[in-house]
Amino acid sequence: MGLSSTRFGAFDPENPTKDRITDIGPRHFWDFFPPIIQRNYGKWLYHEVLEPGVLVHVSETGEKVYTVRAGGMRILSSAFMRDICDVADRHCDGYVRFTTRNNIEFLVDSYEKLEPLKKELESSKFFSGSLKFPIGGTGAGITNIVHTQGYIHCHTPATDASSMVKALMDDLFEYFQSMTLPAKLRVSMACCLNMCGAVHCSDVALLGYHRKPPIIDHEFLAKMCEIPTVIASCPVAAFSPATTPEGKKTVKLKVERCMFCGNCYTMCAALPLSDKEGDGIVVLAGGKLSNRISPPKFSKVIVPFLPNNFPRFPETCEVVKRIVEVYAANANKYERLGDWAERIGWEKFFEKCELPFTEHLIDDYRLQYDSYRTSTQFKYTDAAWAVSKAAGGIE
Amino acid sequence: MIAMSFEPKVPQKDLDYQELRIYTDEELQNPSDEELKSFKIKYDIPMLEDLESGPWPSFVADLKVEALRRRKMADDRLLINRDVVEDLLGQLEVSFEDGETHWKHGGIVGVNGYGGGVIGRYSDLPAKFPGVAHFHTVRLNQPSSKFYKSAFLRGLADMWELRGSGIFNMHGSTGDIILLGTFTEQLEPIFQESAHHLSNDIGGSGSNLRTPECCIGKARCQYALYDTQALCYELTMHYQDELHRPMFPYKFKFKFDGCPNGCVASIARSDLSFIGAWRDNIRIDQDAVKGYVAGDFAPGGGSHSGRDWGKFDIFKEVVDRCPSDCMTYEDGVLTVDDANCVRCMHCINTMPRAVRPGADTGLSILCGAKAPILEGAQMSTLVVPFMKAEAPYDNIKDAIDRIQEYWIEEGKNRERIGEMIQRIGLPKFLEACGLPVMPQHVWRPRENPYIFWKAEDVPGGFERDIDDYRKRHAR
Ligand code: HEM
Ligand code: HEM
Ligand code: HEM
Ligand code: HEM
Ligand code: SF4
Ligand code: SF4
Ligand code: SF4
Ligand code: SF4
Repeated sequence: MGLSSTRFGAFDPENPTKDRITDIGPRHFWDFFPPIIQRNYGKWLYHEVLEPGVLVHVSETGEKVYTVRAGGMRILSSAFMRDICDVADRHCDGYVRFTTRNNIEFLVDSYEKLEPLKKELESSKFFSGSLKFPIGGTGAGITNIVHTQGYIHCHTPATDASSMVKALMDDLFEYFQSMTLPAKLRVSMACCLNMCGAVHCSDVALLGYHRKPPIIDHEFLAKMCEIPTVIASCPVAAFSPATTPEGKKTVKLKVERCMFCGNCYTMCAALPLSDKEGDGIVVLAGGKLSNRISPPKFSKVIVPFLPNNFPRFPETCEVVKRIVEVYAANANKYERLGDWAERIGWEKFFEKCELPFTEHLIDDYRLQYDSYRTSTQFKYTDAAWAVSKAAGGIE
Repeated sequence: MIAMSFEPKVPQKDLDYQELRIYTDEELQNPSDEELKSFKIKYDIPMLEDLESGPWPSFVADLKVEALRRRKMADDRLLINRDVVEDLLGQLEVSFEDGETHWKHGGIVGVNGYGGGVIGRYSDLPAKFPGVAHFHTVRLNQPSSKFYKSAFLRGLADMWELRGSGIFNMHGSTGDIILLGTFTEQLEPIFQESAHHLSNDIGGSGSNLRTPECCIGKARCQYALYDTQALCYELTMHYQDELHRPMFPYKFKFKFDGCPNGCVASIARSDLSFIGAWRDNIRIDQDAVKGYVAGDFAPGGGSHSGRDWGKFDIFKEVVDRCPSDCMTYEDGVLTVDDANCVRCMHCINTMPRAVRPGADTGLSILCGAKAPILEGAQMSTLVVPFMKAEAPYDNIKDAIDRIQEYWIEEGKNRERIGEMIQRIGLPKFLEACGLPVMPQHVWRPRENPYIFWKAEDVPGGFERDIDDYRKRHAR
């Protein structure tokens, strides 16, 4: 029996426990593997990137599987899902795979099947001209940007996600389809500090950030939220209990303490933070999470604020592109962006990327001292001469 | 020997789209490009339409296809508001204009008996955009490493177009298939239709175990040091109760990376990160090494082939880049001082045909990664250096149980396990898990000598007699 088209389908609201199926987990993965994957499971010897977006994996059985990786929109419609299935049915015996970074992979079991598949992918376009299945995202280039919900679905974003990613990927497209960088460069995007996508270990991370403290909805706060919960929600203890002139229980806020984390709003809807002028984008760089050569490391804040310039975020795109280009021109082979910045010194990174270094970039939260330079080892840049001048040390 | 096979823990329905299907071929026919080019949704969306151009796939163009499809459907072939997609786009445009989101927090929605799997969402402009007045998401558990058969995806697309917005996230940040936007009434039907016909569960939000996620591993990667898919599935099924019914102080995530390359980012995104490891020696094919040196094979399998980096230089590109300086290349022979290798994967990634990980494999367990809120971002900390990982994985389940039991007991409400470790200190955590300490747990020993000695560490304990002291020292 197939899927139901009646209002409640397999659920009977009169008798909700009837035939109820629970706790079955995801489908077992094995019958979703193409036969060539089943036959060679655990037997792969090596792989090669034949061209950007096209991989071959060679098994000890002698079999080869060819993969074509296509850039994916994370948000997609049922209509597009069927487009994906059409390609899978026509070329890949109905099998398809999605990657961690939301790309779509089509696998074929012979070289002969590769060209027709590529041809179809390259020629599939939306009515507006955008590609449906751009091939790329392998090797030393920029693959898809992982992102979160933004204005599409969430209640706490400080920016939008899908639009920024579309705009950026249009601008970075040449890097998606080539392998010319010193190493992989991972871009990630999260629309608020909650970082559902955990962007804090990316070569380049874009983060939505609020810059105004919450508005307190005094009239409704006590009705909507528990006051002790609200007070406890704030990591810097900025709230204290208060009473309105009319005698309603509420909270008051020491605004100078607020770090705009939004945790209070997550705990209590009577404390909205969003604001057109206040909200925008923080750019971080230099993180990584593979253990290759150097251990994983966190991204560092390099631009404290850029405006939310919908829909294409030109300022953000420009900064990211600039960083990528300077990195591409200067780093050594295999050197990730953060490793390069550490080798040349962050002062040189700011100089080369022509990014202003402002007081916002020096940590003044907890454990900040670890980031202060307790050494005489540094390099001279204009920023250093400016300090020497201000100190009266030089003319 | 095939390491795995089709061994589901619960019966799985066969997937035949012709049997599953809801819509006719005619209904599945998309509008033509001509129609779409002249199609205007019922709101002006100039900013969004600006995103229809450019080479990267345009979600706006895609959503317009879906919007026009819905306009053409018969009334009884859609169970939620026909305009849901147009209203979503309309509200998004207004959000751009206002520079503020228009979603309210979700409130209590979900399916009976589960504490997760549905994220409630309501528009704060329901009169203007009634199609998204409710816009709840359902998290549908993804199969290990996200391979699919088209029959499954087509069935899902039919079910979701009928019962919801028809819009997906493939996939959510935790890994689930996200069904984006439906009304409360359809939550139970979606849950049960998926369970009955697609053999697929929902779940994985809230203070629960989140849906575990793994890398592609043995399915198509020569580096996989244990069976990430099998372990991911095994633990997902073993911990079904934890996945569906909140019993933890806060969310808890497992992720499985087959090797230290970390393709699912477990070290940054999961409370318990399982990362493949080997404990014997790197396997070297000296002929293939010579092949790389001679230029017969492209380094990195061609990962850098877009630029002319010059002739492959084994010293510059491999030997000198080894972080622990444990490789030599002399007289055409590559050697590794395995006792000093930190398994960074660089030599293996760079010369995949010549260098392979060892054959005695298993995994390392690291614990405590989380995003910045509240006490700052954390990466997972090494807890167990090496563990064999073979079905039925009882040793791993036992280690997990020890860790989780202590967290349930000691963790505060809404405190991630990594934050708890920061609060109580790693030594106490390790002790509670029954693990001895090792230098590998830290980068370096502590720099402050504020050692919290316990009474039992010191001969005679803390209880002392002041009179006895005074016998030796005047007041
Ligand atoms: C206004 C402050 C609140 C905020 C900001 C908030 C935040 C959240 C978040 C972030 C999620 C889901 C996140 C995820 O799964 O990744 C969520 C889910 C949920 N919240 Fe809240 N919450 C709030 C108040 C409440 C209240 C007052 C209730 C009920 C009395 C509630 C009930 C729920 C329920 C039922 C879910 C979905 C559970 C599920 O099925 O996964 N929340 N909330
Ligand atoms: C304290 C930190 C966090 C909070 C308060 C939080 C809150 C939320 C909220 C409100 C949503 C709902 C978005 C929507 O409307 O659909 C959400 C979704 C989600 N969150 Fe989180 N989140 C946190 C951290 C994380 C982290 C670290 C991850 C993953 C590593 C994560 C994974 C997800 C996923 C997978 C979703 C589903 C939607 C998506 O994929 O974007 N969350 N979270
Ligand atoms: C029946 C009652 C409730 C249920 C079933 C419920 C369920 C949930 C679930 C499943 C989450 C998701 C957590 C996550 O994904 O991380 C969540 C998050 C949250 N809920 Fe509730 N909740 C309930 C009541 C409340 C109440 C009464 C409040 C506050 C007054 C509240 C505030 C929050 C907050 C602040 C989050 C944070 C989300 C995050 O940090 O991820 N919830 N809730
Ligand atoms: C928590 C750890 C430490 C404590 C409690 C501590 C305490 C002290 C005290 C009480 C003195 C004065 C001794 C005297 O003149 O009677 C002193 C002197 C000194 N300490 Fe520390 N100290 C600590 C760590 C350090 C460290 C880490 C360094 C260097 C890296 C350091 C460098 C010095 C120096 C250079 C002197 C002056 C010695 C001299 O003038 O002869 N101390 N310290
Ligand atoms: S990152 Fe923040 S705004 Fe974005 S989906 Fe997650 S919680 Fe919502
Ligand atoms: S935004 Fe964060 S720091 Fe500011 S008041 Fe709210 S919880 Fe406190
Ligand atoms: S984490 Fe390692 S084993 Fe898994 S897919 Fe990535 S490289 Fe392969
Ligand atoms: S894996 Fe890394 S540490 Fe080990 S020998 Fe290779 S390069 Fe050196």
